[in-house]
Order: sequence, then structure tokens, then C-alpha cells
Amino acid sequence: MYSFDPTEEQQMLIEAVNKYATNDLRPAARNAEESGELPRKIIAKGWDLGLLQASIPEMYGGFGERSAVTGALAVEEMAFGDLAGALAVTTPSLFATPILLMGSEEQKREYLPRIVEGEWSPYTAALIEYAFDFDPNDLKTTAALEDGRYSLNGEKAFVPFAKEAQALLVYANLDGQTQAFIVAKEAEGLSISEEREKLMGVNALPLYRVKLTNVKIPAANRLGGESGCAFEQLLASMQIANAAAAVGVANAAFEYSRDYAKEREAFGVKIAQKQAIAFMLAEMRTEIEAMRLLMWEAAWELDTGREDAVKDAYLASTGAADMAMMVTDRAVQILGGHGYIRDHPVEMWMRNGRGFATFTGLAIV
Amino acid sequence: MAIEFDAPKPVVNAQFVLKTVAEEMMRPNSRYFDEHEHEIPWDYIEFMHSAMKAMGGNSLAPREPSPSSPPPKDERHRDDGGKRPPIGYQLIVAQMEALSWGDVGLYHCLPGGGLGAAAVHAAGSPEQREKFLARFHGDKPTFAAMCITEAGAGSDNSAIRTRAVLDEKANEWVINGEKIFVTGGDKSFTEYEKLGRGFIVVWASIDPAAGRAGMRAFVVEGGTPGVRAVKLEHKMGIRVSDTAAISLVDARVPFENILGSPIVDQNPTGFKKAMATFDATRPLVAATGVGVARAAFEFLKERLAEREIHIRYGLPRQKLTSIERDVIDMEIMLKSAWLMVIKAVWMADNKKPNALEASMSKVRSGDICTKITQRVVEMLGPLGYSREFLAEKWMRDAKITDIYEGTGQINRLVVARQILGYSGAELR
Ligand SMILES: Cc1cc2nc3c(=O)[nH]c(=O)nc-3n(C[C@H](O)[C@H](O)[C@H](O)COP(=O)(O)OP(=O)(O)OC[C@H]3O[C@@H](n4cnc5c(N)ncnc54)[C@H](O)[C@@H]3O)c2cc1C
Ligand SMILES: Cc1cc2nc3c(=O)[nH]c(=O)nc-3n(C[C@H](O)[C@H](O)[C@H](O)COP(=O)(O)OP(=O)(O)OC[C@H]3O[C@@H](n4cnc5c(N)ncnc54)[C@H](O)[C@@H]3O)c2cc1C
Repeated sequence: MYSFDPTEEQQMLIEAVNKYATNDLRPAARNAEESGELPRKIIAKGWDLGLLQASIPEMYGGFGERSAVTGALAVEEMAFGDLAGALAVTTPSLFATPILLMGSEEQKREYLPRIVEGEWSPYTAALIEYAFDFDPNDLKTTAALEDGRYSLNGEKAFVPFAKEAQALLVYANLDGQTQAFIVAKEAEGLSISEEREKLMGVNALPLYRVKLTNVKIPAANRLGGESGCAFEQLLASMQIANAAAAVGVANAAFEYSRDYAKEREAFGVKIAQKQAIAFMLAEMRTEIEAMRLLMWEAAWELDTGREDAVKDAYLASTGAADMAMMVTDRAVQILGGHGYIRDHPVEMWMRNGRGFATFTGLAIV
Repeated sequence: MAIEFDAPKPVVNAQFVLKTVAEEMMRPNSRYFDEHEHEIPWDYIEFMHSAMKAMGGNSLAPREPSPSSPPPKDERHRDDGGKRPPIGYQLIVAQMEALSWGDVGLYHCLPGGGLGAAAVHAAGSPEQREKFLARFHGDKPTFAAMCITEAGAGSDNSAIRTRAVLDEKANEWVINGEKIFVTGGDKSFTEYEKLGRGFIVVWASIDPAAGRAGMRAFVVEGGTPGVRAVKLEHKMGIRVSDTAAISLVDARVPFENILGSPIVDQNPTGFKKAMATFDATRPLVAATGVGVARAAFEFLKERLAEREIHIRYGLPRQKLTSIERDVIDMEIMLKSAWLMVIKAVWMADNKKPNALEASMSKVRSGDICTKITQRVVEMLGPLGYSREFLAEKWMRDAKITDIYEGTGQINRLVVARQILGYSGAELR
């Protein structure tokens, strides 16, 4: 059966996340963007919502079950508040969720309770590489099995909280396949850039370049152990998160510019009463709805083990990235000159909006 | 409830038959009737009528449960005794999409009540529904049509000039006016031997001074004296679907054929009910657009596959060829447009107000089916432009999606008013 109503539990979660996004993330967003720091207190509060914890079974220290649909609903809502904040709060998932989904029993036991039982602590993952034709299925960072240990070589970019991370999940090319490897912070040959990445947006999220030079890790640190992991499932999960975040940011921009247009007067009427503005808003809302449904469907397919999930997550992420650019651009346009001024958040959202073409790997559901 | 995307079983089960009909009965006739405008596809109509009868009289006219023939038990209840969620509109859009994939013009020639019956269903009393809708389950294929548009009143349909005056002595309405662009107007009104008696639903004012509040719809039976199909349009696409101009000169219809109250008050419920018909039918039209777009999209993919061009889903955009990018973008458009249709009708089935979703689905479908079909013709070069294949026809057919049942602009207005909380006066 088709159904478009979140469950009661999901509805409660959405409301809780929305409250946090609206009351905590949004008011802090501009300062965080300008200063490059999101107060830890705010991250901690987001962590206490228990999104990751609720996706992990009791035996590993959590109190629930993972659902991509639930994750997508939560990510959208959080990104509605602030993208950088949402990515910061959910950074530990980048490490924990792949372990939950694909990790060996030992890996789950070793890492999951540690991560979810305590306070927010930066476990992270490194997927993106600094190349215009970066392709998660064709990584330049390599892994090779030598004397019972994996040797990792290459360079990763846009790695959240790498500087202070306890451990990183590094994605690397093993015989033509993307696989993931758990790398402890003290590993020899691991070097993390002093400087943070300097980007067009998400400046409140500390991102680093990570270099791996003959980093040797035990064979048991390959995600999933000897048999490895099904990377396409993880990638789909990241693409769905990316799409969800794109929908959240776009919706923020839509609502803000809609409300502005109802207040702003020109030529004796509210600008929203001009079709040039009203039609833009109608199209923005329509596109958001379209991509939200595509993203939901991919998430549902992932949850129900459909083969189509992999392709549809790709389509959702690709489509949502375009949509977010279009919607955020128009939001700036609707605010006119004021949209261009940093007193309003729309220009920040527009800078974020372009990011979704690149951000796959910074969030996971 | 939970978020779910499983098509209901009956929808899935219907797909095979629908595809077969589309492939066997529609596609082979597509070109012929495109080139023989105004020829009536009798074989198709009769086949479809008996096929639908065999399938349980499943006409598009919403069936009225009557005391003499209650619906079979298993239609009302699941085996577990639980109540089955309603899926009527979901079934209809699945059918419309699949048959429009076959040929959207021929889809309009599917016997049944169409928009005329939909109007009776939305605005009529239970007795009127019983009286006017039963015919679609009869022995002969039967049509009905909806007449709102006039030469001077299209998008702004409150500007209609057609008048209905009550002749109290005879207890009849006397209607005068001229309607244009009536889909199926000829088959619904003209008395063909092979057809059952149809009707047209004519919108007229019973009190011009009252504006919208004075507008009512009337069921005008086929063959009513004074009414004539005066012209059949020559069109860019959907040529097999007759688009008639209908003139009404002192046409008399019984008093009880008025849909809604014969008394004018300032609350324009009659008009609102007509608009409610559109909330229900906009996603249906959107579904036809998706069907045409899918036809063109699949045709493109087949031609590409013949040349060993396979789309490398999953590659970053920067690494894709221009063809791959286009195909992927089209697939995103197509899939998301369909989901919007599904959501809009799911809401209708579950009695959730869906004016916003209905219009959004129409906006989206009108956009994407024109874009996709136009792009396909472009990408296929001479094969696209040639009348040897159907791609060029689908491009011509698709365009109507963005025009009838509210143009793209009118639906944007509806969406905008909904999201801004504006009235028609605040945003026109
Ligand atoms: C960086 C910068 C430099 C500038 N430099 C100068 C300068 O040197 N000197 C100076 O005088 N000004 C300057 N401006 C102001 C600039 O010209 C205005 O911002 C611009 O004219 C738009 O006006 P507004 O910002 O008030 O937007 P608004 O007029 O409020 O417009 C808001 C939105 O409504 C739309 N809109 C407005 N009216 C209609 C209508 N009738 N129909 C349809 N849509 C409508 C607009 O297109 C826009 O999308 C500058 C602005 C910026 C951002
Ligand atoms: C093949 C076909 C079948 C049809 N079938 C039926 C039928 O069965 N029954 C029936 O009653 N009608 C039918 N129609 C009529 C159809 O619904 C109208 O053509 C449609 O509503 C548009 O009206 P119009 O053609 O008068 O265009 P107009 O209303 O003159 O519109 C011209 C342009 O102006 C735009 N426009 C109009 N108002 C506004 C506004 N407020 N803001 C912005 N833009 C605006 C329109 O979007 C359009 O782009 C059919 C039409 C066709 C072509």
C-alpha cells in the first residue's frame, strides 16, 4: 500500500528535531558560520535528541532499530535549522552507522557502545577526495593487503572533525572495490592538516584534509572483517542523507522567502501578490515536494531491501542537489538586494545549496 | 501508518492487462488515427467496452452501490476482517498512466463517464448519481463530457455567458449559449447507433448578477433538441479525441437535471463544487502526462540500447556524457512526477484535502512531460522528428497536459494561493 504519513513515533521525533532546529540551530547558525565555531553546548543538545542512539539495538548500547526513512526525516528537519549544525551533530553516525550495518560482530561490540553511551564525541569518516572527477566508486586512495595487514595510501578531503576524532572510517580502493577501514587516531602515517578546509559554505563545520602514507592497520579493521562490506548500500545511505539535507535547506529557504514576500511591499502591494514572485514560490514548493518524495522512496527501498534502492538513492541525491540550488537561488532573488546581504540567512543557504553536488559522504541515515 | 511505496495489489495485478491493451489495441492504431482525424475508432471503442464489462464493468464512472446490487463482500473487507483502505483513485491513475503510455488520444476515447460523470459524482445528489451514472454499465459503450469553456471564458471560467432560465410553467430549464473545446463532446451528445445515450454537463449561469454564486451545472441528455455539436476542432495532437464546439439554442432540460441548489445565495457552493471536481481530476490529467512522458522516455532508452549506449547510473555528473545526463535528469523528473500524482490521489482516497497536492502534481506533470518529450525528439535527431516513429506524436500529444484542466499558470496560481494563504482577490 502507498502511504505518506510518518508513524506516530516518527511524528514525535520530527517535532522534537524541529524544535531543536528552530530554537537552537537556526539562531546560532549565522554566528557559527561567521566565526567558524558552533558552540559545543548546542551540538551536545542535538546529540541528546538520541537520533543515532535510537538507531542502534540495545545489545550495542542503543535503544532502537535503524530505519533509513526515520533517519531521512530527522536529517531533513535538522538541516532545516542549519546544515553545518546538522552535519556536526550527526558526524558520529558517519562512523557508527556503517559499523552497525556492515561491521563484524567484534567491530560492533568494540565501537558502538563506546560511541552511543557517552556524550557526543567525534568519530568520523573520510570518503571525499580532492579531485574534480571524484567518484566514490573509483577512489584514488588505495588499500592493499600486506603480511596480514592493510596498508592505506592516499589523501582524503572534507573530513569532519578529523583533528579531534578518536577514530576514522577511511574509504579506500581495494582491488577496484571501495571498502572501508577503521583507522585509529594514533595510527602511524596518518596526518591531518593543520588548516581547516576553506569552503564557500558550511564554515561552522570543521573539515580537514587527511593524508595516509603507508598507514598499516590490522586486517580485522576492515569494515565487515574478511568479507568486507557492501559499499553500494552505504553509499545509498549517504546519498539519501544528502538528499534529505538538501530538502531541509531548500525548505528553509522556501519558507523564509515566502514569509518575506508576504511582508515586503513594492508598488503598493505585497511582492507575493505579483505572479513573478508567487510563481517562483509555487515552483519552489513543487520541486521540494518532488524531491522529498523521491528521497523518501529511496529510503523506503533501502529499508525494505529493494534492489532499486541503490539507483534511486543516486537519482534522489542528484535531483535534490539541483533542486536545492534552484530553490535557494530563488530565495535570494525574492529578497532582492536584502537577500544578498548577510543579515538574512538566504545567501548562506544558497552557498549551502550548491554544496549538495559535493557533500555525499558528510551525512548518512 | 508509515511511509510506504508499495503499489496496492489490485494496481499491480492490473498492470499486465493494461500493458497488453496499450500494446495491442492502442499503439498499433496510434499513427492511423493521428493521420485520420475525426474518424471514430469504433473497433477500439467496442473492444474496450466489452473488455471492461468482462472485467466487472469497471468503467471509469465511479460506481454507485445500490440496494439491489451491494458490492461483493471481498470488495469491502479484507480477509482479516479489517477495513481495506480505499484505493479507487489510485487504481484510476494507474490505469490512466498505463493507457496514456499506450496513446493518450485513444485513452480519451475510452467509453465511460469521463469528466461529465466526475461532475455528477462531485456535485450531484445521490438520486442524480443513481439516475445519470447507471448507463455506463450498460450494453453499449457510452460517453459523457464536461462543457465549461467558452470562446470568451477559458482560464477565467467565471466569465461564462451561457444562461439557464427556469420556465416555471414547464418546470424546465431553458439554456442558451455556446461551448467550445468539449472533449468527447461529439460522442457524448451525437446519437450514434453504436453508442448508448450519453450526456453533457453544461455550465451556465442562473443569475448573472450573482457572478460565481450563480453558476450551476446541468445534465443535458444526448440528442436534446436545440443542442448541436457544431464543429470538431483540428488539433496539434490527441487528434483521435474529438474536441467539439456545442451550441445550445433554447435547449430545454428537466428541472431536476440541475446539479446543486436551484437557489442562488451569496455563498458560491456550486462553483466551489465544480472546483472540487478539479481537485479530483487534476492528478488524473497529471497521470496521463506521466504516461506519455514514459512512452517517450522508454522509446529513447530502447534506441540508445540498440546502439549499446547504457546509462552509467552512479557516476558523478562530471563524468557522464551529455546523453547520460539528460537521461538521468529525465528519469528524476518522471519518477518524482509520478510520486506526486500518487500522493495526491492517495490523499483523495483517504479524504484528506488535497487542493495543493493535486495542483502541484499537475504543474509538475505539465512541465516534465513537455520537457521530456521535446528533449527526446531532439536527442533522436531525424528519428525523433520523423513520423515513422511515434516520438514526434508524443511530443504533440504531451503539450495538451499543460493546457487543459487548468493551464500550468492557473495551477501555479492555485499552488501559490495555497502556500501563501491568499484568496483569488489577493493573487489573480
Ligand atoms: C551589493 C549591492 C550594491 C548596491 N548598490 C547600490 C547603489 O550603489 N546605489 C543604490 O541606490 N542602490 C544600490 N543597491 C540597491 C539595489 O539596486 C536594490 O537592492 C535593487 O533595486 C532591488 O531592490 P530591493 O532590494 O529593495 O528589492 P525589492 O524591490 O524589495 O524586490 C524584492 C523582490 O521582488 C521583486 N519585485 C519587486 N517589484 C516587483 C514587481 N513589480 N513585479 C515583480 N517582481 C517585483 C524583485 O525583483 C525582487 O525579486 C545595491 C544593492 C546591493 C545588494
Ligand atoms: C484539446 C482540448 C480539450 C479540452 N477539453 C475541455 C473539456 O472537455 N471541457 C472544457 O470545458 N474545456 C476543455 N478545454 C478547454 C481548456 O480547459 C482551456 O483551453 C483552458 O482552460 C485554457 O483556456 P483558454 O484556452 O481560453 O486560454 P486562456 O484562458 O485565454 O489563456 C491564455 C494564456 O493566458 C494564461 N492565463 C490566463 N489567466 C491567467 C492568469 N490569471 N494568470 C496568469 N496567466 C493566465 C494561460 O495560462 C494561457 O497561457 C479543452 C481544451 C483543449 C485544447
